[in-house]
Order: sequence, then C-alpha cells, then structure tokens
Amino acid sequence: MKDSVIKVRDFRKTYGDLVAVDGISFDVQQGEIFGLLGPNGAGKTSTLESLEGLRAPDGGSLRVAGVDPAREPRKLRNVIGVQLQSGGLPESITPDEVMKFFCAYHNVAPRFDLLERLGLNEKRKAQFVELSTGQQRRLALALAVAHNPQVLFLDEPTAGLDVASRAELHDLMRELQANGTTIILATHDMAEAEGISDRVAILLRGKIVTIGTPMEITATGAGLTKVSVRTEGSSLSDPGVTFPTVSHQVFKDEYSIYFSTDIGPTVSAIIAHIEAQEDTLIDLRVERPSLEDRFLEITRTKGTKAAGAQ
Amino acid sequence: MNAFTNHFSFEFRTGIRNKQLLLMNYLFPLGFYLMMGFVMPEINPPFLEALVPAMVVFAILAATFLGLPDPLVNAREVGIFRSYKINGIPASSILIIPALTTVLHLTIVTVIITATAPLLFDAPLPVNWPGYVLTFIAMASACAGIATLIGVISPSTRITVLWSQLIFVPSMLLGGLMVPYSMLPDVAAKLSQLLPATQAMNALNGLAMGKVADFAPWGSVVVLFLSGVLAFGLAIYLFSWDRHNTKRRGHPLLALLVLLPYVIGMLFA
Repeated sequence: MKDSVIKVRDFRKTYGDLVAVDGISFDVQQGEIFGLLGPNGAGKTSTLESLEGLRAPDGGSLRVAGVDPAREPRKLRNVIGVQLQSGGLPESITPDEVMKFFCAYHNVAPRFDLLERLGLNEKRKAQFVELSTGQQRRLALALAVAHNPQVLFLDEPTAGLDVASRAELHDLMRELQANGTTIILATHDMAEAEGISDRVAILLRGKIVTIGTPMEITATGAGLTKVSVRTEGSSLSDPGVTFPTVSHQVFKDEYSIYFSTDIGPTVSAIIAHIEAQEDTLIDLRVERPSLEDRFLEITRTKGTKAAGAQ
Repeated sequence: MNAFTNHFSFEFRTGIRNKQLLLMNYLFPLGFYLMMGFVMPEINPPFLEALVPAMVVFAILAATFLGLPDPLVNAREVGIFRSYKINGIPASSILIIPALTTVLHLTIVTVIITATAPLLFDAPLPVNWPGYVLTFIAMASACAGIATLIGVISPSTRITVLWSQLIFVPSMLLGGLMVPYSMLPDVAAKLSQLLPATQAMNALNGLAMGKVADFAPWGSVVVLFLSGVLAFGLAIYLFSWDRHNTKRRGHPLLALLVLLPYVIGMLFA
C-alpha cells in the first residue's frame, strides 16, 4: 500500500456559531486523484483552504506531505501547488512575468513550456486582465504545477474551459499522477469527478457522507440500472414478457428499456429469451447510475434527514 | 534574476503600466509642477525660492498617499495576497517592494524637477546636495511607510481615500509648500509639525536650500526616518492576507503609533 500524503483527523472548522466542517477524517494516498464533492456550503472550501494553509483549523489535525499547514507555512509552499478558483494575479502582469516571478520565489527555473502546452504561447506578453477566463484558469494551472509540487489542489479546474482545453487538462492531470503527484480536485462537475478521480468523498453539512471509488459509490445506491435492447424481430415487443429483477419497462425508438435492480440475472434472461425466440440482437446498452445520480440521491436523502433532525 | 529583483522589476513596470499609478507617480506631480512654475511666481514672486523643494515634497505626497494604499487594498480584496502566500511571497516583500519602486519613480520625477526648474523658471537649486538627497530619502521613506500602513489597515478603498486625504490635504495647506511655516498662526504652525511635509520642508530649507530652518532641521530628518521605520514595522505587524482584512495580529488603532516621532519632535522643537 502507498503512503498517505494527506492525513486529515477529526478536522473541525467554525466561523462564529457556524460549524463549516464537523470533525472529518480521511487519507489520500500518494499519486491518487481524490475528488472532493459537495453542494455549496458543504465544507469543501474550508477543508481545501485549511490544507493549503490559508485558514487555521479549529480542531483536529492536518498533514500534507508530513507538513502541518498551519504551523509550517514555509515548508508547505514547496510541497503544494494550488490553482485558485479566482485568478488572484495583478491585472497588468503577463504570463511570462508571473511565471518568472513565482518560479523565482520557489527557487526553480521558469517553466515556459507549460504555457505553450496549455495553449498560452500567443498570450505570453498579454496582460492578465486581457486573458479570457479559460486562459486565466490555464495560467493558474501552469503556475500551480511549475515547481513540481508533491500535492496539487485544483478548485473547479475546468470551469470555463472549452472541450479541447478540458481534454488537455485531463491529460496533464494523468501525466502528473503518473509521476507521483497527488491531486485533490474540488468540483461541481460530477462527470469529471467520476471520469478522472480514483476516489471521491462527498461532503454534506460539514461531514463526509460517503467516501470510496466512483464505482463503489454508484454501486451502493438505490438507483436502477438501465438496460436498452434492440432486436431485428419482435421478440421483446410483447408487454407481457417479463424478466427477473426488472422493476419496470418502457418502449422507445425501437428499443425495449428495462430498469433493473440486479443487472446479471436481467441481461442473462433477456439474451436467453431472444435466442429462444430465434430473434437477432442488434444493440444492447447497460447504463449504471452515474455519480451525479448517486450524488443527488445522497444530498436529497441525507439533506432531508438532517433538516428533519434539526 | 532572483526573487527580489524579479518582484522589483515587475512592480516598477506596474508603476508605469497602471494608469492610476502613472498619473500619481508622474503626470499629476509633473503637471502640477509646470502649472505652479508658470503661475505662482507671477502671483507670489518669493514662491520661486521654494519651487524645487515644494514640488519635490508635493511629488512625494502624491505618489505615496494617493498612489500606494489603493493597490494594496485592491490586491487583498481580489485574492492576490492569497495567491502570493501560497507561492511563498513574504509579507515584507509585498509591502516594501512597491514602496521601493515608488521611491525609484519619485527619484526620476525629482531629477526632472531639479534639472528643469532653473531652465524653465529660473528657480534656485539646492546649495547642499547631500542634505537635499538625505532629506528626499527621509521624506520618501516616511511617506511610503505611512501610505503602506494606510493600505494595510484600511478595510476598503473608500476608507483608504479618507485616511490618505486626512494627511494629503493638511499637508498642502499647512506643510509649508504654499504658505511658509513662519506665516502660519502659532497653533497651526505647532500642529503642522505632525505632518511629514512640514518636517521635510523644514529640513530642505535648513540642510539643502541654504536658508534658516524654522526649527531643528536634523531633528526633522530623524523624525522622518524614525516614522518611516516605525510605519513599515507596524505595516508588517498588522498585515492581513485575508481578503476581508479581518484577521491580523493587533488592533488597527496601533497604527497611530506612527505619529509618536512627530509628537516627540513637536514637544521638543
């Protein structure tokens, strides 16, 4: 098993009477892409900013690559890279200047190759205020990774990016991961979290309500798996034909669509029925509940329970 | 280039690229100098004697009090300081480097004023150049320090304007730039010693221009240097990375300690 690069134990953060984070604990392993998900006000930003050393925790302990973010800020700056949600740069600075400026403080050579890779080559002499939102975010990412940090924090990294930039960013994230960089990803984009994260934690009202791989999390929900089948003949067109573990079925665009609670028996029975009717299978699609479906399920049910308890 | 020179180079260029800073560093002081040079000697001929020191002090007041605090407040509000903190840029660099680059801009403006005043207006030059340079450095340090402190303690740009004007306007009226110290009523003259401009004009008259100072000129230089050092120390101590400017080590009223050298100077002058 790999080492834990991030250790969070009973972490608590309050603002006056408001408990933003209520005693959460989790570990992130080296080289892992870890998604931090949750609705607005769930405690994501407080957790991230405390790990980044921007806020002091009110309880528990935090370690990032062995460094206490609140007590060892100088050590922390060289082990983390942060792509902040807002640009956070002076309006008149150019990508070239800020790359030199930040790299000088990190005591590393400027990484102009990253500007080129992230599509900023033609904007290297433009002022920050002249860059589009997507270009500003790409510049923030280039700056965050320029000093080869052990841990990279990305807050909504693909917001405002076009499809090609998004794909380039995901490639870069996988490349960094392959080199051993641990990535903490805070996002509202569930498809992105599901596609790229090794594990995710869902926060709700300052607590972790579930943590695991996207597959584990989607598998534990009450959601039904959708099985869409199209055949050459009419073996499935009789509404009286039923299959095991199917809760309900519909017909749409020449497809018979079954909603199953247990995919194995359902698919086996459908195929056996088609063969028995000497029909030919043209298309079969299985769609598990997505992370977004599971996220909505969790936030609705847990949110309702929490509201009821108050 | 190391981190300091990189930072310094960027901040210096910002002083020219940023329209507001360009105005406060160059256009406003030089425009005012030209206007005063052409108009004032016609209305009040003895003013010519004070043209060079008065316009240098005015340039320092404009570039520091009207130029320095606002960018600091804006940078904090839009999260630039958070970004700097994450990248290991120390608070001392964030506060001192913009002040140093402002002093460099002021040096250029001072050279322009000093070089052109005799040619354009037949204004007298300093007779003691080391005294002139020393007083310029002392005044620039004091004003840059106090302006930086205003930027640090101000919760918003509106309050920044208020604090800056609280020093800038009285300095123009009572600081000896337009009206000589000796012509002020006694109470106003005494109170004006709380202003860096009064101390600077007194030191320039006594140590650089070959005139008789109204009170101890070396005392004025010491007061200016001490307040500059105290202001930067307080600014670093009270500095907040937080965009809402709510978390800092001491109460903002501690900033008033910066007046201490002026109060002591006033009592002993």
